[in-house]
Amino acid sequence: MRRFLWPLVALALVIIYPLVFTTPFQQRLGALILLYAIAASAWNIIGGYAGQVSVGHVVFFGCGAYAAMGAYSHFGLPPLAGIPAGIAAAVLIAAVIGVPTLRLSGHYFSMATIAVAELARLIVTNVEFLGAAVGLSGPTVPRTVFDLSFISALPYYYLFLAVLLITLGITWWMANSRMGFYLRAIKDSERAARSLGAPASRVKLYAFMLSAGLTSVAGALYAMIVGFVDPESGLGILVSVKMLIMAALGGAGLLFGPLVGAAILVPLEEISNNLLGGKGAGLTFVVYGAIIVIIARFQPGGILALINRLWAKRKTPKTPDTEAAAGASNAP
Amino acid sequence: MSSILVQVIVGGLLLGAVYALFSSGLTLIWGMMNIVNFAHGDFVMLGMYVAFVVWTMLGVGPFVGAPVAALVLATLGIIVYFALIRSVMKGPMLAQILGTFGLALLLRYSVFWGFGANFLTLPGDIVGGTYDVFGIKLQASRLLAGVVALLVTLGLHVLLTRTSLGSKMLAVSEDATAAQLMGIRPDSMQAIAWAIAAGATGIAGALIATFFYIAPTVGETLGIVAFVTVSLGGFGSVPGALVAGLLIGVIESLSAYLIGAVYKDIVVYSLFLCFLWFRPQGLMGKT
Repeated sequence: MRRFLWPLVALALVIIYPLVFTTPFQQRLGALILLYAIAASAWNIIGGYAGQVSVGHVVFFGCGAYAAMGAYSHFGLPPLAGIPAGIAAAVLIAAVIGVPTLRLSGHYFSMATIAVAELARLIVTNVEFLGAAVGLSGPTVPRTVFDLSFISALPYYYLFLAVLLITLGITWWMANSRMGFYLRAIKDSERAARSLGAPASRVKLYAFMLSAGLTSVAGALYAMIVGFVDPESGLGILVSVKMLIMAALGGAGLLFGPLVGAAILVPLEEISNNLLGGKGAGLTFVVYGAIIVIIARFQPGGILALINRLWAKRKTPKTPDTEAAAGASNAP
Repeated sequence: MSSILVQVIVGGLLLGAVYALFSSGLTLIWGMMNIVNFAHGDFVMLGMYVAFVVWTMLGVGPFVGAPVAALVLATLGIIVYFALIRSVMKGPMLAQILGTFGLALLLRYSVFWGFGANFLTLPGDIVGGTYDVFGIKLQASRLLAGVVALLVTLGLHVLLTRTSLGSKMLAVSEDATAAQLMGIRPDSMQAIAWAIAAGATGIAGALIATFFYIAPTVGETLGIVAFVTVSLGGFGSVPGALVAGLLIGVIESLSAYLIGAVYKDIVVYSLFLCFLWFRPQGLMGKT
């Protein structure tokens, strides 16, 4: 039971957070942390567990965001109704681009996904139906409660929390299923995994599709709380980069890694934007860049891996064997 | 009509020579260390800003700007190698990608913070006016950029294949341990490779700045152009990068002329994906 203790304490804290910190800024900040935690957790499935560093996840994010806003601005439906279409589109696109792209290894995969994302952004910028460069907006005034257009961030907070728990549940289930073991084997050495009979191509594709579907939900939720989507916010490469950084900072391939990353980086960005205004956006990303460089240089496993290692060291001080084992299982 | 077409193709070739120059830097590092520099486009961007600063402070054009940019970028290349790449190289794939990606963000937004997001340009006549050669209009700045880029790229090729430094670098890329046993320091050679690659990129940036808009985000586009060029030419091959760079320049100019300027990037990116998907070894690569 002890292994559930800390997650449950953390969950309790997360549930009471908006009741303690009640200013609009704090509640919105909380909601955004949860939102980015969803997106980064979704990325974590393919990028962390399977080790395929996708920089094109914003395409799936955009699918969700555009589907939600499109449902409203073209069909007058609540944005919520666009979510299934967004998931379907994201999973379909993931399947189509995944088959050729997942054959590429390492850097090639990352480069191909960047190109896919930029291509999607350029195409959408030129498609009138998707609002071209201006983008699409959601309902300004809620018509029914299903529009999920709230002034307060509180309802979003609990909605996002629910989605996050579902996302983590799916990730946990996947990580402990046969597929999770295959993915980790592929991450360590695809050739070895293949030679032992792991259906590498198929499993990677499934992970990519699962990750894409969940990312699209994050995109739809993002569009709902912000109220609009344009090519930069819905398909800009920086959105992919944020998912990647948050997961890597917390610990890629660890269940709670993306949460830790989001809990550190989202406040950093929001607070510096608030303090520094428009110019702050530049400085925020300077800090982002510096953090990533430092993480890559000194602690590629992320913060959680570091904590786990220190924890293991403290518990069993003088047995190099267990330390090595703990180190190995936490290795990125 | 046909003279316009010729003009478009010549313009594409001149631009392509600059693409070839900065892509040579990327391909050199890739071939030698098996690492992709995701900040490469931002190195070009820095070269452009160095040229801009040189012009605003001293009032001189690319003849001073390019050497200064080469020097600044080469220094940066060495710093980046020792501070980041050397340790990241031994780490997992995620660390390699993250490291250079973080560097890209750091450079891009430092410039954004310092200079703002506005598009800057150097004066159109910074190198000279426009000439009419056999009915083809040629901007002196583009001509200079294309010719110098071509010469520097060829020089780079000669350096890598015909000098003892080039042989040492080749030895390190073939087998670093064996090279070390022969008395070659892999560390110094790799640092030199980064200096050369970044320096060449700086020259390319200073040259392209004479006729291109200068903005912090320009590195994103140019970085992808470098990836396209390198994947087309084969990773690690300078002659490949040269041919591919010229080809990309022409394809870009032609598609801008025939389909529309908005679609030129779409054409190039699609080409890139097709190559990665169907022929990842490039046009001239083996297996």
